Amino acid sequence: MNNLQGIQTPRLSRVVFILTAIFLIAPLLILIAYSFNGGKNSWTGFSLRWYEILFTRKEMLWQAFFNSILVSITAGIIATIVGTLSAIGLHWYRFRTKHYIQVSNFIALVLPEIVVGLSLAIFLTSLKINLGLGNVILAHVAFIIPFVTLMVLARLDEFDSSIIEAAEDLGAKDLQILTKVIIPIAKPSIIGGFVTGVTLSLEDFVITLFVGGVGSTTLPVAINNTIRKDPDSNVVYALSVILIAGTVLLVFTARRFLKYIVKT
Amino acid sequence: MRKNLGFRYTLLAMIVTTTLTIIPLLIVIFYSFLTKNSSGGVIYQFSLDAYRTIFSKEYALVLKDTLIITFWATSMTMLVALPCAYYMALSRHKDILMMIIIVPFWTNFLVRIFAWKAILEANGFLNLILLKLGIIDTPFMFLYNRTAVIVVLAYTSLPFAILPLYNAIEKFDFSLLEAARDLGSGHMRSLAKILIPNIRGGIVASMVFVAIPIFGQYIVPQLIGGGNAGTFMLGQQIANVFFNERNWPVPSAITTLLMFVTLIGFFAVRIRTSQKNRDYLAKNK
Repeated sequence: MNNLQGIQTPRLSRVVFILTAIFLIAPLLILIAYSFNGGKNSWTGFSLRWYEILFTRKEMLWQAFFNSILVSITAGIIATIVGTLSAIGLHWYRFRTKHYIQVSNFIALVLPEIVVGLSLAIFLTSLKINLGLGNVILAHVAFIIPFVTLMVLARLDEFDSSIIEAAEDLGAKDLQILTKVIIPIAKPSIIGGFVTGVTLSLEDFVITLFVGGVGSTTLPVAINNTIRKDPDSNVVYALSVILIAGTVLLVFTARRFLKYIVKT
Repeated sequence: MRKNLGFRYTLLAMIVTTTLTIIPLLIVIFYSFLTKNSSGGVIYQFSLDAYRTIFSKEYALVLKDTLIITFWATSMTMLVALPCAYYMALSRHKDILMMIIIVPFWTNFLVRIFAWKAILEANGFLNLILLKLGIIDTPFMFLYNRTAVIVVLAYTSLPFAILPLYNAIEKFDFSLLEAARDLGSGHMRSLAKILIPNIRGGIVASMVFVAIPIFGQYIVPQLIGGGNAGTFMLGQQIANVFFNERNWPVPSAITTLLMFVTLIGFFAVRIRTSQKNRDYLAKNK
């Protein structure tokens, strides 16, 4: 059988891929199955018990859920605006601080979370900045901006800048070029960047662990607390199912923008 | 665009990144050379105590374990990622295959780790199956050991390994393999001698993208390793010392070293890539 490149379909690689796919997806399926288990450890029978407990008695988790949404959308919006502007500047201009910005963006992208988390924790505590959830938002904005910049920059690299020249020739002022030409063309990657930013923020555990205070837990931190201390910890299975469903829904609606996210 | 507006466009980003990324990092480096304050924080007095501590035997053990785990997890990941990326690059259904790899990656990280706990624990899924099939008599503790940590680390790293490899293989000229086949070379031999050397850049990039985050991992060794001997990694040490001992200079010192290792690793890849590009351009003048 021939494929795109005229090479024999690699059978061994296909087996590895299928096993890998199973390896990647199976844990999620097992989670879903476990969430419907009536008992705590061994299988007792189908039951919605954990969902019931989750929805009636776990205000802390829902508060954390709300916090997560608030933080991720706020941080996402701020980071997307700042990152998009930055990408526009980086793409079209040469200026003295350009190299510095490119390097610091790169650094921010590659450092492990624990480095970012510790440095921000020390920074914010030393300066006695105690804004609770605000601290978390600041931290998230900081680590999301480079991702947004990268994504918008990748898209800008792709498109034909003669459109800009054409607009200039037709007499458009700089602001008009920005709003009526650049932003509409970059829109898919701006939205992709926003979605990525929100996702990164929702997922984040380590940085929030370091930076967040007592009253400002986000969902991952709350989940961790529940796993460790709550006797009803199986509700996390039910919560996971809801999160997985949410993710699938999100991926489905955003699939048009997926190719911009994947390319970077 | 006549006016040079670059500076103005990037000003906001520069302010945010400098104050919230660069300056905190510099503060960490600075603090690592100070004395610790017993109630948390630092005293502004120069001291190499932090570095003396991290070069002690106890810490060397953690470093050794972290290196070993990183090595095995990275190797396992690359070994699996390469055939997957190869298969994906040759397939007619690239998009779907890509989705299969990426979608699990978009579910919450902590949730996926928790799923692995559910599978590996004493009354977990794996034991359930093995007991039912009669392969074992009593539940086996798959959790809280080094192998489990390595496997789960590989699990979380696979998408990061597959993507750069996939990009590299896509750009590869497969007619070279056809030519090799015409000249009588076996399939495996052609792959080893032609494909691999040509995607070397992608392999190195992939390894770096996998190894460095693993090196600084906190969540996986904490939840899957449980802090057991042989599973304790640097990331956990940073967190433990910072939170439990309220010691700032020591985690700052570890973090400073981690920073340098990370940056050296990534900059080395960048330099190699730009060097290769320059060689290529020079050769093809």
